Amino acid sequence: MAEFNGLTALVGGLLIGTSATLLLAFNGRIAGISGMVNGAISLARSERWRWLFLLGMVAGGTLYEYVLASQPTPRSTFAPAAMLTGGLLVGFGTRMGNGCTSGHGVCGLGRLSARSLAAVLTFLATGFITVFMSRHAFAGA
Amino acid sequence: MKQNLVVVLSGLLFGLGLGLSQMIDRDRVLGFLDLAGTWDPTLLFVLGGAVGVTLISFRFILRRPHPFLAEKFTLPTRNDIDLPLLLGAVLFGIGWGISGYCPGPGIVSLMLGVWNPLLFLIALFAGSFAYEAYALNRRD
Repeated sequence: MAEFNGLTALVGGLLIGTSATLLLAFNGRIAGISGMVNGAISLARSERWRWLFLLGMVAGGTLYEYVLASQPTPRSTFAPAAMLTGGLLVGFGTRMGNGCTSGHGVCGLGRLSARSLAAVLTFLATGFITVFMSRHAFAGA
Repeated sequence: MKQNLVVVLSGLLFGLGLGLSQMIDRDRVLGFLDLAGTWDPTLLFVLGGAVGVTLISFRFILRRPHPFLAEKFTLPTRNDIDLPLLLGAVLFGIGWGISGYCPGPGIVSLMLGVWNPLLFLIALFAGSFAYEAYALNRRD
């Protein structure tokens, strides 16, 4: 893994915050990605703009990876079972809890929402516990 | 049209931010979640930077009567902490810890051209539909 770089991490975070700021200031919308995904697949006409946001995201990532990045992002090893289990839980959980790291984290905390703070503390806690279990408690099992 | 331009631009900035901050590297996210290992503070800086901006900007924006290009703000109206919120967050956190992806990086990482994000997203859609089916059932 590459060295930790606090400055690029902070600048990346500032860009994400700016993105959420633009969307709220101009369109009055919250930049919550699980909401983007769930809205986009509803196929309702009024939700179509969400596809544009998702396409913009992939374009932004492409611009970073293939134009700006000083070194390629590590392509992690193939772990189909983890991807499928994790994806299922993330899809179910973000729909049930109305948000993820961006909706509750970036936007909800910015709005000082107690609901979002509760969600963020909860998913951070279970994230920490899950990684502890998989990497340490049952490592090598 | 102007609204769509804002959508694309903010999507672009969001994806660029996730790339620059290396949140598209799932090992970095897992490194942050691994408190007992070689802890990687990257995600804390990313979240700190992002929330630092929204904490200030949202305050000014929400004082306005309406957004620049729309008639009203479309915001979540609830502020109660109920069981589905917490249970949903519990499941999301477990899935995040297993895969190293949350929805944003999962989508942006599609451009890396590897299988992991694609499998993650297919399963995410399935999970989302599964909740929809579960919620419909409970309503009947």
